[in-house]
Amino acid sequence: MNLLNKSHFDFLGLPARFGLDEHQLHETFRRVQAAIHPDRFANAGGAEHRMAMQLATRANEAFGVLRDPGQRAAYLCELNGCPVRAETNTAMSSQFLIQQMQWRESLQEARETSDLEALQGLEQTLCDHRASLLAEMARALDEQHDYPSACDAVRRWMFVDKFGREVAVAREALAAA
Amino acid sequence: MALLQISEPGMSPEPHQRRLAVGIDLGTTHSLVAAVRSGTAEVLPDALGRVLLPSVVHYSDRDSPQVGQVAWECAAEDPRNTIVSVKRYMGRGLADAARHPSPYEFVEGPGMVRIRTVSGERSPVEVSAEIIRALRERAEETLGGELSGAVITVPAYFDDAQRQATKDAARLAGLDVLRLLNEPTAAAIAYGLDQGAQGTYAVYDLGGGTFDISVLRLSKGVFEVLATGGDTQLGGDDFDQVLVDHFTEALGLRALPPDDLRRVLKAARLAKEALSDQPVARIEAVVAGKACSLEVSRERFESLSASLLERTLASVRQTLRDAALAISAFDGVVMVGGATRMPMVRQAVSTLFGRPVFTDLDPDEVVALGAAMQADLLAGNRAAGSDDWLLLDVIPLSLGLETMGGLVERIIARNSTLPVARAQEFTTFKDGQGAMALHVVQGERELVADCRSLARFELRGIPPMAAGAARIRVTFQVDADGLLSVSARELSQGIESSITVKPSYGLSDDDIARMLQDAFGSAQADMRARALREQQVDADRMLEATQAALDADADLLSAPELADIQQQMRDLRQVAQTSDDPQTLEAAVQALARATETFAARRMDRAVQRALAGQSINDL
Repeated sequence: MNLLNKSHFDFLGLPARFGLDEHQLHETFRRVQAAIHPDRFANAGGAEHRMAMQLATRANEAFGVLRDPGQRAAYLCELNGCPVRAETNTAMSSQFLIQQMQWRESLQEARETSDLEALQGLEQTLCDHRASLLAEMARALDEQHDYPSACDAVRRWMFVDKFGREVAVAREALAAA
Repeated sequence: MALLQISEPGMSPEPHQRRLAVGIDLGTTHSLVAAVRSGTAEVLPDALGRVLLPSVVHYSDRDSPQVGQVAWECAAEDPRNTIVSVKRYMGRGLADAARHPSPYEFVEGPGMVRIRTVSGERSPVEVSAEIIRALRERAEETLGGELSGAVITVPAYFDDAQRQATKDAARLAGLDVLRLLNEPTAAAIAYGLDQGAQGTYAVYDLGGGTFDISVLRLSKGVFEVLATGGDTQLGGDDFDQVLVDHFTEALGLRALPPDDLRRVLKAARLAKEALSDQPVARIEAVVAGKACSLEVSRERFESLSASLLERTLASVRQTLRDAALAISAFDGVVMVGGATRMPMVRQAVSTLFGRPVFTDLDPDEVVALGAAMQADLLAGNRAAGSDDWLLLDVIPLSLGLETMGGLVERIIARNSTLPVARAQEFTTFKDGQGAMALHVVQGERELVADCRSLARFELRGIPPMAAGAARIRVTFQVDADGLLSVSARELSQGIESSITVKPSYGLSDDDIARMLQDAFGSAQADMRARALREQQVDADRMLEATQAALDADADLLSAPELADIQQQMRDLRQVAQTSDDPQTLEAAVQALARATETFAARRMDRAVQRALAGQSINDL
């Protein structure tokens, strides 16, 4: 069925760009789900019910990818023939590697000294860094159409995202203690 | 060709026929059935006006099993044959079942533990089916007709095996399951629709044997579950056990025989309930022929059970983290389950969230009421144009596959919105390898040994090829009920579905048929009559659905396509009226299903395009 082969953007009737109105994304997703969710077809025959499940699965997948900036950027890179391949391609600039090491050391130190303020400070730094990465990805994808650069930004985003969760867990553990 | 008669969208040509559909809350300690009658959901009482049916089944060697209050009265006298809290054993193996103290004799069974009773070995599915059957009979008497379907609630934290077992139990009780619905989500429906709420809510559900916490966002008729967590082995029963332990320790009683233990347990439960309203209560029970009594203060009870309460709060905190929400983001907290009557529970939860909790609806009834509303919606009983709602629930536990070295490769992450699917490619290890085994586990840990083993699927019929040449794409699909199905396809030769997938648990249709036969002791003729009846219901439903689809969207079909579908409908009607062979009828239903497949696809496409254009179905 052709609906299943569409891109996530086309499926939800949105322009294939990084910059996207989150409110509109959510609204569209809800409207599509309301129209095709299998619960709408509880009394229909097996064929319609099965198709509804496939489409609802498809809608969830599209929404899950598009609402997450990192996944959305990676998906755009892939659509444009430049897959991120985060598992195999771990190349990063030496500048960013040094940055990573510094952050890791700060986390380690804050943990050891139970320094809640330092952790909060680190979280703020990461938050700022995420904001600048968002801007970088938007520029590369929507303005310059420079997908290799966008891929590079996506890999850094993935690191910051994951590291940010580690910091949050450490901060919560400390706050609870 | 005759002119087509097309009625207005939403207007059925025939007077609207109401389907009898109920919501069933299959609880650990008690169960309920509810239905929407004249627009309002209400719980259905038995002939004596009792709403709660104790989830107890008593087996004897003479009569058919007793269910409910009468069975509960046998608990102390005949503990081994009186099955209480059977929900704890649903979809569980012997090791899990034996973890809790109980008077039963467990036997390892296929996929699930079995309980040895005086009337033979019983699986938890069969025991649960007795409870559902009793509720079904109650509903059919009250509503005056045969039920067309039911929504059955399950703890949100139930895994795939527990869900499958619940669905099997309902089928065994002769019910068509419209949907398995998570208990906290059911409660949210009852509350949300009652109060027209919008915003972010937490549902804290402490039942007899299970604990769930769900975080939902309610907006414009969509109930979106953001995260869920819990513990399927923690509930009000455990608070009773705390008092039992306290009683036996304080009085120096050791290793009580089953009948004494049951009496103490009953007394402990009464004392626990009393402590919700009064500062002091007594546990009084006859032990070893002697009357024993112990006074317990609420304060003492609360300090004894503090660690149980804390376990629920830890789950709540974890779930808030999963939902990435701060306490301040919440617009309300709903309390569900009889155990939330304990003042300490209400107090602790309102302290954690920094706001008073909602307790307006009866915590015992709210789940069944929400399930009844959902059943009414799914049965298609709501008038066209009325405000319908949509549930988007999540999978509570991650699904993974065993890889080399006993490690888990995660395929579907917990809290993914349902339905969800994930495809994974595999290849063969040896030349000419014709089969492959997949071990699916559910849980959050890294090691297979620490997760719940769900199923071992065998893929058979892989065409002979050199090692590593076959490319087998396995798709894991979890439906809206949270149930997993696995399909496989060999890609290098494009042989679709030549590979069979066989799960190692769950009941096959043959199992169900055999159990039904056991239950009714009936002859083949009865089975056949039953199968025919089921096919007739299917045929009617299919005809009705197809007619409704034609009424709405016949313009999507060319004249020959339309003529073909109409011919198939006439054929099916003909067969339904004349044939008494279930297989012939099934074939005719299938033929109509095939004939409407393209039509269904076009209708779906139109529905999506309309949704994208900003029209809801209700506007049309």
